[in-house]
Parts: sequence; C-alpha cells; structure tokens
Amino acid sequence: MRAVEDALKIKIPTNARLIRNIIEGIQYIQDHVVHFYHLHALDWVDITSALKADPEATAKLAQSISDWKYSSPTYFQGVQNRIKTFVNSGQLGPFANAYWGHSAYKLPPEANLMGVAHYLEALDWQREVIKAHAILGAKNPHLQTYLVGGMAVPVDPNSQAAINADKIGQLLGYFAKAREFVEKVYLPDVLAVAPFYLEWGGMGEGCGNFLSYGDFPLMDDANPDKAGDLFIPRGIILNRDISKVLPLDSQKISEYVTHSWYSYGDDKQGKHPYDGETKPNYTGPKPPYEYLNTEGKYSWLKAPRYDNKPMEVGPLARMLIAYASGHPRVKFYVNTVLAKLNVPVTALFSTLGRTAARCIETMVIAEQLETWTKELAENIAWGDLRIHENVHWEPSTWPAEAKGWGWTEAPRGALGHWVQIKDGKIANYQAVVPSTWNGSPRDAQDQPSPYESALVGTPIADPKKPLEILRTVHSFDPCMACAVHVLDPNGEEIVRVKVSE
Amino acid sequence: MKTLVLGVGNYLLSDDGVGVHAIQRLLEQNCLPEEVQVIDGGTLGLDLLYLLEGVDRLILVDAVKTSFPPGTLVRLDNEQVPAYLSLKVSPHEIGVPELLMAAQLRDIAPPEIVVLGIQPESLETSVELSPCVAASLEQLVKQVTTEAMRGVA
Repeated sequence: MRAVEDALKIKIPTNARLIRNIIEGIQYIQDHVVHFYHLHALDWVDITSALKADPEATAKLAQSISDWKYSSPTYFQGVQNRIKTFVNSGQLGPFANAYWGHSAYKLPPEANLMGVAHYLEALDWQREVIKAHAILGAKNPHLQTYLVGGMAVPVDPNSQAAINADKIGQLLGYFAKAREFVEKVYLPDVLAVAPFYLEWGGMGEGCGNFLSYGDFPLMDDANPDKAGDLFIPRGIILNRDISKVLPLDSQKISEYVTHSWYSYGDDKQGKHPYDGETKPNYTGPKPPYEYLNTEGKYSWLKAPRYDNKPMEVGPLARMLIAYASGHPRVKFYVNTVLAKLNVPVTALFSTLGRTAARCIETMVIAEQLETWTKELAENIAWGDLRIHENVHWEPSTWPAEAKGWGWTEAPRGALGHWVQIKDGKIANYQAVVPSTWNGSPRDAQDQPSPYESALVGTPIADPKKPLEILRTVHSFDPCMACAVHVLDPNGEEIVRVKVSE
Repeated sequence: MKTLVLGVGNYLLSDDGVGVHAIQRLLEQNCLPEEVQVIDGGTLGLDLLYLLEGVDRLILVDAVKTSFPPGTLVRLDNEQVPAYLSLKVSPHEIGVPELLMAAQLRDIAPPEIVVLGIQPESLETSVELSPCVAASLEQLVKQVTTEAMRGVA
C-alpha cells in the first residue's frame, strides 16, 4: 500500500495515519509478548524444574520484582498442580524432544515456576488486547481495513457502526491492560531472568551492522529521513559504532542470488528491488537429502545487502538506532536495563541484547499507544472525519508510468515493497522481508548473514541437544514459514549447523 | 457434545495444505449440524487456543507423514497423537504441538482427539494439491464427515 501511495504521491488523512500507527503499535506489543513467552521463554525456562519450586518462595520472588496482581502462594501452587498433571499424564509426547533438564538451564525452580505461570497468563492477555485489531481492522491477524489512500474504517461520532467515543474508550481500555502487563510482568521478568544468563550478553552478536527504515509517522507531512518525524527513527549503524547514525539511502539496497535458487542474468551482481527478478532455479538435490552444497546455491532466500554489507534488522537494530539518535524514552529504558543488569552498552550486541531490546521496544510503544489514541479522539472531535484520499482512486488519474517504495518496520524488522506501475498495471513488484536480511545465504562476496555470524563460536554443552543454538536463532524472531529448514523438529539440521563450524 | 473440526496446514505448500482444502470442501457442502464447528486453522498455532475451550472432541485434519505411499488416508486417535506431533515435518509443526501443550496446561485440552490426514507427496510451493493427494481428498472429506457425525445424536 505504501509502495503504491509513494508511486502515486498520495498523502493519507490524519485519521488514517493515526489508526495505522495504533494498529501497528498494538501488533508490536502482542507480537513481542507472544514471541518472548511462547516462542523464546522455554529456551530459558525449564518447565520440569518448576515442579521443585516452593510456591511460598515463588510468591516472594514475584512480589519482590513487581506489584502484579497474580502473585500469591495459592496462585503459584495452582499453576504447579497443573504442570504436575501435565507431566504425569505422559502427554509430554510432543515435547519429549524438548531439552528439559539441560545443563544450560540456569534458573532456580521458583523462577521457572514464575516463568511458566506468566507463559500461561500471556496466552489470555494477548487474546484480550488484540481485540483492538477487531475494532480497527475488522479481523485478526489478517486485517481487512487497509487500502491504498487510507483506511476502510468509518469515523463518525454519531454512528454506532463507526469509530466513535465508545470505540475509543474500548481501545484505551485494551491499551491500559497491554501496558500494565508489559510494565508489571514482561519487563520485570526479563530483568529477573537475565542475571542468570549474563554470559549471553557476550554471545550471539550478528554482523555489527544495523538497519531501520523507521516507522510510525508523527505528522501528516512527515519526512522519514528527517530526525524526529518518525517515532521509531530511520537510519544505519555500521561496525557497532553507536556514536553516529548514518542516513539511509534506499538506492544502496540490493539483493543477491549467488547462493539462492533463483537466476539473474549474472548471478554475481546484485539487483536493486526496482529491477528485481524472482525466477526460481532449483539446483539442489531431490529431497529428502542429507546435505546441501554451500559452495553453490543452497537457499530459497535471496541475500539482501545495504551498500554491499549484510545488515541486522529487528528490535535490536531499531533500539540501537533510536538510542544513538537520542530518542528520550528508548534512552531511558536502555539505560535503566543496563544499570539494573550492571552491564556495558556493548552487551547489547548479543543474544541477550536482542531479547532485551525487544522488551524495551514493547515498553516504549505501550507508553505511546494512549497518546496516539487520544490524538485520534481529538482529531475526530475537531470534526475531521476524513479517512481516505480518493483523488487517485481511479486508475485513469494515474501517470502512464510510476514507481514507489513502501517501507515499514514489521515487528521482526525492516520490510520493504517496491512497485513499478505501467499503464495502470503492476509491471514489477518485489518484497524484501526481515527474515531474509537476518537469515540470508551468503552473497557474491561470500559474506555471511547475521544468523550465521551470530552462531559462530556458540559453545554447545550437548551436541544432540543444541539448546544454545535455538536461543540465538529464536532471539532474532525468525519467520517460521521462511526459516523452516532451520527449525527441524528433531534438531538434526541444527546439529549440522554446529558441526560444520 | 461439542465437536471441532480443525484443518491445519500451509495452503501455499501444496499437500501441506490438504487440511485446509478439506475444510473448504466441508464448508461448501455445508452438511454438518450446528454442534459441529468447522474451522480453517491454517498456520495460526497458538492463536487457535481459545477455539478449544469447551470442545469435547477435536478432529484435526492435516497432512500426516507416515511410511505409507502418498495419498494414503491416515487415522490416529488419542495415544497415537503425540507420535503424530513429533513426526510432523511442516512449517506449522511449532504451532500444533505448542497449541496442544498450552491447552493441557490450561486445562482446556479436548478429552478426545482424532487426527485424520493424508500422506503428502509434495511440499513444494503451490496452492494445488499433488494429483494423488487430490484424488484422495474426496475420501478424506467423507471420512471427516463420518467421524464428525459419530458424536452427533
């Protein structure tokens, strides 16, 4: 959408801008919490150890880190009973492959029990707060209300079926709940668990280069390249030098297929997404196979590069760029977390840093949602009910040729779409997605991706149970559908990653 | 008794999407009674959790990897379910096991779980089923219907 809006020079109305920010903001919060508790937590929290916890001591621990309402001994006893029933039922079946009891688990039983309790609470919480998407997007997770030029949500204080004062009130209710959970559960949990895993503040660094397209325009005529116009700033950090944020030049983005199952005329040259091509060319062995030849083509992902360098994208990239740009709230939370854990800023270049950055970002966005929602309410109260720019709706109004770049920061990282329009039709469309930045194969210069760099040198206590590999891979929040070959259920391919190094 | 027929799989990966194809057929035929809920779960994973609340019988429709030839219909019930889950090779493998674990930890796991599926042939990128799986789809849909009707008075 933004690609087409860029191509046709469409400026969306204030209400549409704010609603997009709000939808994306609550998506960040839900996505990050679900990622932490449901995809990443069990890399650090051992469910079976929770059985040994003393509910009394668990309650003390929980009360010492936060004033969250669910923290009584009876409550934790109840959770422990449920875990007992689950483990004793023998239904651990699918999780027999999990790494319970692994020596790399370091938390005391009480912290494990608290972690499992919050894992379960987060399930109910996320279901509740994402109802905001139903109000603004009609449906979750596939929102139905986005359209070129604005949004398809009626705004009308006098209609029951539109965004009105009631709906705004409901939204504020969800956002208060969202913020409370992040403030009282997520952030305290990260701060409570991290001290047991501080060595992960020195492991799992990616390539040291970071990219953010920035997102959340703060005004209708926001210039994304101008500092302060986007809530999450745009920029580049090279060689872990956070003393300066370099401007982003989208012309420097290119994608290589040297080691990808696609063909360009010349596979050694990168292509800018405007001129991008996606011609599949599978040269690998017929599955099932044991190994792929990494000298040749070996991946379905292309290799995006910026100025011919690999770049890490995602919450860590965004928070570093915001921190280095002097974003007040990001600075505040980064400094608070570093001080609490008593680690230097360089500890952010790590697996733990990625996990902490995701939490900090969630907190910063959770604080901001109320502001945007109130701005929306005020704008509507002023009598501005515009939600869509329809001047460019008819293709007859379009130029014969146009091209546009749609940029956004998805929760897991920089996402760009490039469109070329000719005679009212799409002539070329290319998407460069976050997991390809982070998990690409090598490029023409044989440079590894952030995943690959991050895994080199990871110590593995038990090669058959590479829990340590999962910690780092999961810290990037990989897109499952793209990265299925990394997440083999038996961990076998993951073992191979380790062996090949 | 409440029965939920839940098709899971990635529609974009040919036979991996057979569960979703089956659900589409069931919804078109529209011949199941109201107490049987029919849902296309796609690759949603944990987002499906609330759908399990109050369900007595869960019928999961999915591509199931076995040692049988492609297109073979597979039926697994309670004790065999964990085995099915740990054998799964598809992008949503993270989702379904986690879904059932979370359901158990929250005491909402359906007392009865049946998996009905087909041995896939192809997991290539395509929205079409491979010919031999497509040929078995009708049979699978019939089996799901029979299974779903077992619980209806």
